[in-house]
Amino acid sequence: MPEAFDYSIVDEALAKCGAKQSSIIAILQTIQEHYHYLPEEVFPYLAAKLDMSEARIYSVATFYENFSLEKKGKYVIKFCDGTACHVRGSVPILERVRSELGVTAQKKTTDDQLFTIETVSCLGACGLAPVMTVNDEVHPAMTPDKAMEVIYSLKVKEDAR
Amino acid sequence: MKNTEYMYVDGIPVAINGEKNMLQVIRKTGVKLPTFCYHTDLSIYGACRMCMVEDERGNLYTACSTPPRAGMSIKTNTARLRKYRKNILELLLANHCRDCTTCANNKSCKLQDLAVRFNIDGVRFPNRADDNKVTNSSASIVFDSGKCILCGDCVRTCHEVQNVGAIDFAFRGSKMLISTAFGKPLSETMCVGCGQCAVACPTGAITARSEIQKVWDAISNPSVKTVVQVAPAVRVALGNMVGIPEGKDVSGLIFAALRKMGFDEVFDTSFGADITVLEESKEFLERLKEGKRLPIITSCCPAWIQYCEKKHPELMENVSTCRSPMEMFASVIKEERQERGKKLFHVAVMPCTAKKFEAQREEFLGKDGSRNVDAVITTDELTHMLKEAGILLNEIDPEPVDHPYDNASGAAVIFGVTGGVTEAVLRNVVKDKSRSALMKLSNVGERGNEGLKIFELTTEDGVGLRIGVASGLANAEKLLGMLKNGEKFDIIEIMACPGGCVAGGGQPFVHADVRKTRGKGLYDTDRMLSIRHSESNASVQALYDRLLKGREHELLHVHYKKK
Repeated sequence: MPEAFDYSIVDEALAKCGAKQSSIIAILQTIQEHYHYLPEEVFPYLAAKLDMSEARIYSVATFYENFSLEKKGKYVIKFCDGTACHVRGSVPILERVRSELGVTAQKKTTDDQLFTIETVSCLGACGLAPVMTVNDEVHPAMTPDKAMEVIYSLKVKEDAR
Repeated sequence: MKNTEYMYVDGIPVAINGEKNMLQVIRKTGVKLPTFCYHTDLSIYGACRMCMVEDERGNLYTACSTPPRAGMSIKTNTARLRKYRKNILELLLANHCRDCTTCANNKSCKLQDLAVRFNIDGVRFPNRADDNKVTNSSASIVFDSGKCILCGDCVRTCHEVQNVGAIDFAFRGSKMLISTAFGKPLSETMCVGCGQCAVACPTGAITARSEIQKVWDAISNPSVKTVVQVAPAVRVALGNMVGIPEGKDVSGLIFAALRKMGFDEVFDTSFGADITVLEESKEFLERLKEGKRLPIITSCCPAWIQYCEKKHPELMENVSTCRSPMEMFASVIKEERQERGKKLFHVAVMPCTAKKFEAQREEFLGKDGSRNVDAVITTDELTHMLKEAGILLNEIDPEPVDHPYDNASGAAVIFGVTGGVTEAVLRNVVKDKSRSALMKLSNVGERGNEGLKIFELTTEDGVGLRIGVASGLANAEKLLGMLKNGEKFDIIEIMACPGGCVAGGGQPFVHADVRKTRGKGLYDTDRMLSIRHSESNASVQALYDRLLKGREHELLHVHYKKK
């Protein structure tokens, strides 16, 4: 465990959603909104605050696909691979991005912790297919080149820092 | 007056008397529906679908989770139900490691029983069991996910009965498994090693960690002297293996059998319990006099000690510094039973899986790092060893324990049942020790199978004592909640397993009826003994004049290190 984990985000989530067992999903969602994943440190903390076993919270967190226990990059990029996006060419985009960033379906995050590449089944924006989102910002009508352009511009922005 | 309501089970009217589910109504008709996930002590889960019944219109209901309704007519054994049950069993078996002959629970497995009962003569589906994913991280129990059928009995026991919650389901669908948070080793979780999950498990997925081989090795080694002690609760459960009724005290047969197995010296943990009573009463009276660190909380149960350390570390100050009877006796044995030129190997036969952990705690290691108790085997393990040795418990003659620890009081024997430790200490604390006074003392509220007992008592000196007795850690949690809310208690007894050690995690066939009969068995033994309170045990007194003089603290007490 790192020396000092800052629990203020967790406390805020507890205050916002109510410190009760029945709010566990909302609490985890609020925490994930901030960290993009659920850090291991929050589990014992929540267990104590909610008088709930760590194993049960882990059970909830692993049940729902939407919760992630793995640390994610600064930019979480989701490619829609629903039917509409799929037929309009989401797979070649995904393949190109993965190969250029050196990630796979299993290893989703780049070594520099900048990008996490995920697929989702449908973003509900089929008219804009193929769709990509960067931290919930929607980029419509992607091609492999356009997608890489977005990613490179983010990389340049980060390198300039 | 309300008319009795009836439902029809296989055409026969059956009265509904407040049963919460159809399963209980059906059982009254002499029909035993198959179940995996139904336990009277646990919440209703309805996962295994084995108890399905059919109504007249062909609707299916899980009997365990459907309340009985007046006028309802159901069938319990139709062609369709038989087909479904077989199907479910086949699917479970397809996901199950079927190495039955090498399984610790061979012939004591519900899945095996039901497969036989429903004539499963083949499984049509390919086997997809995890191959031997065995988790071996606890000193007390072993988990083999390949044998798990995901009935959830262990999860609900751990949460509802024990309030521990070390394990739960993780992931979902075909990836679902029973896991600790983040798959951490059990030893790093809230697990207290009580073994009630192993008791609840219908298969061999959760079993006590076996130390059988270690014990056989020691027995066969001529340069090792083997000394064994047997806990009180073992004697009322072991006989069942050869058909001796539950609750019958077979201590004499056990002592004889252990000698036959090759143990050099055989002792009764009750002797250790007598020392515990004397030390604990002394400690209690001192605290009462000073008015400090009250209530005194009992320290015999190693699963409770772990629970307290992990959940209520601030209460450790109130826990008696007395070692458990097993550890008290072990330190005496280590001091007195060494033989020149031989290595001493001390085995304890316990109804308990948590004792396996206690025996390896650093607090109970000698200066040279050697353990006071070298191996702990459960009643189940002893059963296996006796079978292996071919010893028929019902055909041998009873024998006594060895000298010099050859007496035990009735007070010590009842340590194995909830309320027993309290009664034993009270017998010692009161001044009037006449037969009738002790009889009265057995009626003040400490006896009985309720999980939580609270009663008051006034001593001869006019001191009012308020006493709480809990068995099952969820009940203990309730009691501690009352304590933390400012309620006054003088003595608190806590046993982790519901009913006390007689229903421990290492005992065979634990269920509600058995708790009662085994408890009664111990009370019967107590009543038949002429020595009924620990002070009158002459062998213990002799030990105080001999070994223990001035060394009580070193040998009999412990301060658990802060974690």
